[in-house]
Amino acid sequence: MTTVAPLTLDQIKIGDELPPLSHAVTATTVILGAIAARDWRPMHHDHHFAVERQGVRDIFLNTPNQAAWFERYLTDWTGPTGRIGRVVFRMNSPVFPGDTMVYTATVTGLTTDAVGCGWVTLDVALTVDGTARTTCEARVAVPTSPDDNPWARRGERWVP
Amino acid sequence: MTSPSPSPSPSPALPDDVAALIGVTQYEKTADFPVEQGYVWTSCASVSNGNPLYWDPDVAAAVTGGPISPPSLLSAYARPHYWAPGAEGEQLSLQVHFDLKARFGLPEAIMTDNTNVFHEPVRVGDFITSRQILRSVGPEKRTKLGVGRFWVIDVEYHNQRGALVGTESYTGYGYRREANS
Repeated sequence: MTTVAPLTLDQIKIGDELPPLSHAVTATTVILGAIAARDWRPMHHDHHFAVERQGVRDIFLNTPNQAAWFERYLTDWTGPTGRIGRVVFRMNSPVFPGDTMVYTATVTGLTTDAVGCGWVTLDVALTVDGTARTTCEARVAVPTSPDDNPWARRGERWVP
Repeated sequence: MTSPSPSPSPSPALPDDVAALIGVTQYEKTADFPVEQGYVWTSCASVSNGNPLYWDPDVAAAVTGGPISPPSLLSAYARPHYWAPGAEGEQLSLQVHFDLKARFGLPEAIMTDNTNVFHEPVRVGDFITSRQILRSVGPEKRTKLGVGRFWVIDVEYHNQRGALVGTESYTGYGYRREANS
């Protein structure tokens, strides 16, 4: 088995900032995400449809792929024992090929719930040229100790 | 995705047939394909997600009890194939969204907000059942994209054992472009 040292709740402080993640978006980025999400709508792969029908400048990242980027960003930080409970995001304007998107996040809350699960809340942003295209609030469970595992929580012991 | 700070809420002028759908479960459907490892890898590859849960069976077994799907991939399991034998026309997911576009004569649409809540893990081999619930439809609004309405649709997902694996809530904006938009 691969040995993984989990990020535990006691290692995190309110105000902690996650390392930024930068990605240069191409048409391939957008289409890969659409295919992965099984989203066949043409504004995510057909430039002419996006421009002429939708009235936007190009194809753009779809909703579930934005969720997948947020998930990747958060679990890059927590490691595999991190378990996302809730992700709420608002897409203020689209992300297009040619954009370099930068993900940043700040820890805004730390709690242990009534059944002992450790939770981190974070404000996450997807920015392009310093402007937030999508803003997100995430609630992620992390172990409260090295032998705790949020993924082992089932039924009433998992309250996302 | 152009958000003029929508506050979707039932409109006093909402037609009766639309108002009657608020809170009603529609389009319950079980996927005609199982959750399988290839979807997991394709999703992870699309965002360069190297989480060993999805690539290393030993880590998946030790941490989650076996292979699972990335939670963010949940909606994929409610999407039909682009084509299937006997099917005619474009196969659509989130049918309530397209019903509203047609009902109000709004040919274009975007999503502005999305909430995902993840419950039991989705496991490779699961068959996911989804169902849609219209929560609200707002009054006509003008944005820089055109004139249209915001609406909120929830989607609930269960596995073949009946366990809730997640819920989603979408805010959509259906619109018609104006000459200068």
